[in-house]
Amino acid sequence: MGGFISSSIGKKFFMSITGLFLVMFLLVHLTANLALLLGPDTFNIVSHFMGTNPIIQIMQPALAIGFILHIIYATVLTLQNQKARGTEGYSKVVNSHQSSFASKNMYILGGLVLSFLVLHIINFFWKIKVTGDPLLADVMIHGEEMENAYALVAGLFIDPNLGFIYSAVYAIAAIALGLHLTHGFWSAFQTIGFSNDVWRKRLTVVGYLFAMLVGGGFAIIPIFLMLFGAK
Amino acid sequence: MDLKIKAWRQKNANSKGGFENYDVQNITEDSSFLEMLDVLNEQLLGEGTEPIAFDHDCREGICGMCSLFVNGRAHGPDTEITTCQLHMRKFKDGDTITIEPWRSGGFPIIKDLMVDRTAYDKILQAGGYVSINTGGVPDGNAIPIAKIDSDEAMDAASCVGCGACVATCKNSSAMLFVSSKVSQLALLPQGKIEGKRRAQAMVAKMDELGFGNCTNTGACEIECPKGISIAHIARLNREFLFATCKD
Ligand code: HEM
Ligand code: FES
Repeated sequence: MGGFISSSIGKKFFMSITGLFLVMFLLVHLTANLALLLGPDTFNIVSHFMGTNPIIQIMQPALAIGFILHIIYATVLTLQNQKARGTEGYSKVVNSHQSSFASKNMYILGGLVLSFLVLHIINFFWKIKVTGDPLLADVMIHGEEMENAYALVAGLFIDPNLGFIYSAVYAIAAIALGLHLTHGFWSAFQTIGFSNDVWRKRLTVVGYLFAMLVGGGFAIIPIFLMLFGAK
Repeated sequence: MDLKIKAWRQKNANSKGGFENYDVQNITEDSSFLEMLDVLNEQLLGEGTEPIAFDHDCREGICGMCSLFVNGRAHGPDTEITTCQLHMRKFKDGDTITIEPWRSGGFPIIKDLMVDRTAYDKILQAGGYVSINTGGVPDGNAIPIAKIDSDEAMDAASCVGCGACVATCKNSSAMLFVSSKVSQLALLPQGKIEGKRRAQAMVAKMDELGFGNCTNTGACEIECPKGISIAHIARLNREFLFATCKD
């Protein structure tokens, strides 16, 4: 087993499994977030559910570990790969027709997602879980008292000064994430051996659709709020 | 046609190399790329300059000895060929052609455009063979093998070990090579028996020799002179993961 963890394929295996785990998380997160488009009451109920549901609470540390492992392995693999290339590079490389932009820039795209993640945690998670915020003052929905998460989230994008900038940053991050997935999705299956000449075509198509769904889905929310304002 | 050649010159493994520019005249479009280099080398000999060292052997696309990164692509501007099968009609009169050696930490330069590909032999020595007793030549149809399997094994076996996959891969990964060697045997009854051990031993050797980790960019299969698919890499991953589970 020790040999497996330090082997190239073993390290890639962890990359793939953590990546697929993060993909599952994205689906849940996107579904919850789309409630923002439906107005304050729906989003607050969903948000309240996410904040109190025991399964979600258990999954939170698992998610953090998933992210950390994914990033550690990404860094180790990327550094090893740069070293393997040797000291002298080619003076000229023509390979635009060969592999996708995303496949060649996974670390940069992942890095963009990571920098966004820091901002994103400061914006919402930190305020909701740790410091609190006046915007979060409890509201009554269907006879139950809960935090007004909608006011905090929508407030960021409709802010007259910074709303536009935040919306743009969130939309760009969503696109970077989508690009990461255009390669990451099928690549994860290839890494665990679940691919051949037939399945590769299917998985790339599904991967592109999934990437567009996730990238587009997350990008639409801030743009929608910025354009149409909070309800 | 008249051409300008910009070729990498390097005295030996330890010296620092650099590009040199040469002119060659009267090359016919029908000559091969290596023949063009022969003409250039004759010319250099006449001028009292040392000829450019480059690897070649069969010159008919089957041995895998010829290498060269020509105008930014392994084996030059054509697909599914080795450099000896590249012809001058792929270039235009007056072109400048840049010729570089394979570049990879795993393939150190010996001289000029020649690189040391012993690493591939070492990977093969680690497990690219059948060591069980398979008896004499079997009767034609005594061991039925599905057509689909024999075809795939043959595709994998067409690897000539040229190193274009490593030379092209941004990670300098040898996975296409190793997966071809593992696949060609894993699909056949004589090779299957040692399949798991083979996958583990060859991957361990590949890692030890400093080749990079595959990130599935697919650049290798485009430059492979035999068009070997990265589906074989998925099979290697599978073999390796199953082997680990069995331990
Ligand atoms: C929600 C966030 C993320 C998701 C859903 C995700 C998903 C994935 C998936 C599915 C893969 C394919 C794994 C494979 O090829 O086997 C992958 C690869 C990769 N990810 Fe992420 N990722 C995320 C965030 C990040 C972050 C924050 C970084 C780094 C700073 C990163 C860096 C990489 C790199 C470098 C690869 C390529 C590794 C390789 O192919 O060897 N990712 N990601
Ligand atoms: S010299 Fe044998 S393949 Fe080119």
